[in-house]
Amino acid sequence: MSSHASYEFSNPVVRWIDSRLPVFSLMKAQAMDFPTPRNLNYWWTFGGIAATMLVIQLITGIVLVMHFTPHVDLAFDSVEKIMRDVNYGWLLRWLHANGAAFFFLAVYIHIFRGLYYGSYKAPREILWMIGVIILIAMMATAFMGYVLPWGQMSYWAAVVITNLFSAIPVVGETIVQWLWGGFSVDNPTLQRFFSLHYLLPFVLAALVFLHIWALHVPGNNNPDGIDVKSEQDTLPFHPYYTMKDLFAILVFLLVYLAFVFYSPWYMGHAINFVKANPLVTPAHIVPEWYFLPQYAMLRAVPDKLGGVIVMFASLIILFFLPWLDRSKVRSLRYRPVTRIFFWLFAITCVVLGIAGAQPAEGVWLLVARIATIYYFAYFLVILPLLGKLEKPKPMPASITEAVMQKH
Amino acid sequence: MKNRIVRMLAVAGLGLGLLAAPAQAAGLQENAEEHAFSFEGPFGQFDRAQLQRGWEVFRQVCSSCHSLNYLRFRNLAEPGGPEFTVEQAKAFASQYDITDGPDENGEMFTRPGRLSDAFPAPYPNEQAAKAANNGAAPPDLSLIVKGREGWYYPWYISPVLKLFKGNGGPEYVRSLLSGYTDPPHGEEREGLNYNPYFPGHWIAMPPPLSDDAVEYKDGTPATVKQMATDVAAFLAWVAMPKMEERKRIGLMTMLYLGLFTLLMYLVKRAIWSRVEH
Repeated sequence: MSSHASYEFSNPVVRWIDSRLPVFSLMKAQAMDFPTPRNLNYWWTFGGIAATMLVIQLITGIVLVMHFTPHVDLAFDSVEKIMRDVNYGWLLRWLHANGAAFFFLAVYIHIFRGLYYGSYKAPREILWMIGVIILIAMMATAFMGYVLPWGQMSYWAAVVITNLFSAIPVVGETIVQWLWGGFSVDNPTLQRFFSLHYLLPFVLAALVFLHIWALHVPGNNNPDGIDVKSEQDTLPFHPYYTMKDLFAILVFLLVYLAFVFYSPWYMGHAINFVKANPLVTPAHIVPEWYFLPQYAMLRAVPDKLGGVIVMFASLIILFFLPWLDRSKVRSLRYRPVTRIFFWLFAITCVVLGIAGAQPAEGVWLLVARIATIYYFAYFLVILPLLGKLEKPKPMPASITEAVMQKH
Repeated sequence: MKNRIVRMLAVAGLGLGLLAAPAQAAGLQENAEEHAFSFEGPFGQFDRAQLQRGWEVFRQVCSSCHSLNYLRFRNLAEPGGPEFTVEQAKAFASQYDITDGPDENGEMFTRPGRLSDAFPAPYPNEQAAKAANNGAAPPDLSLIVKGREGWYYPWYISPVLKLFKGNGGPEYVRSLLSGYTDPPHGEEREGLNYNPYFPGHWIAMPPPLSDDAVEYKDGTPATVKQMATDVAAFLAWVAMPKMEERKRIGLMTMLYLGLFTLLMYLVKRAIWSRVEH
């Protein structure tokens, strides 16, 4: 970032600006010439996809706010007004609602890519930790956004989730009342959720900036998990990865828009088309699919406080991952034993998601408990042990050699 | 044939189901009866004549107890709906008395309805609705088709089937309205009626339709099944008045984006063919 005016631009206006504020040099160095490992596969496109989704959420959200009224008596009606009377309001609303789900889809794939290829290991620990903060901020944002339309599931999700904090000993009740702005989920709750739902995406954007900054110091990890050794190992980001990312983004958008146009409320809950009613509890209170694994862990523990701790711990533990995994080898391509446990872990997360959608009883409760134990065991037992015990496969000397071996 | 394709896709797409919305636990409810509505599928459109018939059923039968708060009379003449003429829509509106005001003397007054008016509710408030209906307020029907589900499948197949069949809201409304039967074992409950499609089976609403309750102008025989189907389609339109616009823009978007994606793939391939990777 310190490479001031290291480029000679031919356009005099660009040169004039760049010598005073080197934004063009910065863009050229960081977004065009940036040396990127030549062996990145399509799993590496999900970072760009996630960033695209954030931008879509910001733009659609800012326009939706122009028509939305954050008040318990008016919120539901104002959403229906957007759907019926605002020009293309239905499009904005469905882009935004489905956009949240697809943002999570992209981010979850992005995280699992990092887990598989060891992208959290030195020297990328801070890059990874900023990513975990982004995930948590995203979850808070999505939860508060889901409350805003003030349907039945919106309201009861707010009741259930805010009530979690009442499990905290001594100060729990006080904290919950502070969150609510009163003695129940009501208008003050809706208004503060609206305020924070508008604020947090900009915090997210700033975090994404830091995330990319932290990425551009060591550069990208890659599927072989070996460091870049020479210029031969890399390609300039533009046009190689700009064009590859753009293609991947378009494929992702096709799937996303297929839902927006042809099944816009498929991922939602029918009951949320019924206005919030504090006197009628829905038969099943279920979060959106992207919270189901955490929801399953919450309910897997018989004790309320224990459940809350386990749920939050499932996220917090990710901060410690760079030091829990003791292996110096990044990519699971060269760790055949860990690879098996990784895929078991991935399946566990899906199983937790399925269990989270079922009533917490009988066989599903047992499944959720076993899956929760494995989730934590993977980080706390399996990775630390395998880092010491596993003998990794021989690795190629360089990225170029790895690429040539493939052919 | 169509069913077979759906079934094949359903099986093939099982894996996709893992991604999808949570399955509801099966409660005390029958799956709605299948019906191929004209507005299903990515190209499905509303049947204008059916929506016009459904409007008659709603107006003459349902509206005596149920509100339709999000419908305005002008919507009846807008594209993508029943598409009455503006004159017809005005005539419908003028048949209702709308409370307006206050006037310059501070008095509220009633006047005939206009195109911009919302469809007037049968009761002034929820308490009045409850008082007149044995303590159970008839719900607003503007979103009933989106707010109810018709299918209760096992968790491992439900997300896939719903991807192709939707939530079953229109089918639920149709089945409910035409599905009243005698209760099994002759059981009776005070003030409640037996309907296998209603969650819990006992519903406060008495059977609202009977043959020839409405006289259709287009000569269609007004059987209970026909009226239930027509009003379910009408309520589907009220719940999603922009559906036709959505599918039209969707098609153009998907075609454009599909072509763009193909071009980007060729660009990407051309660029990467220069290097080993």
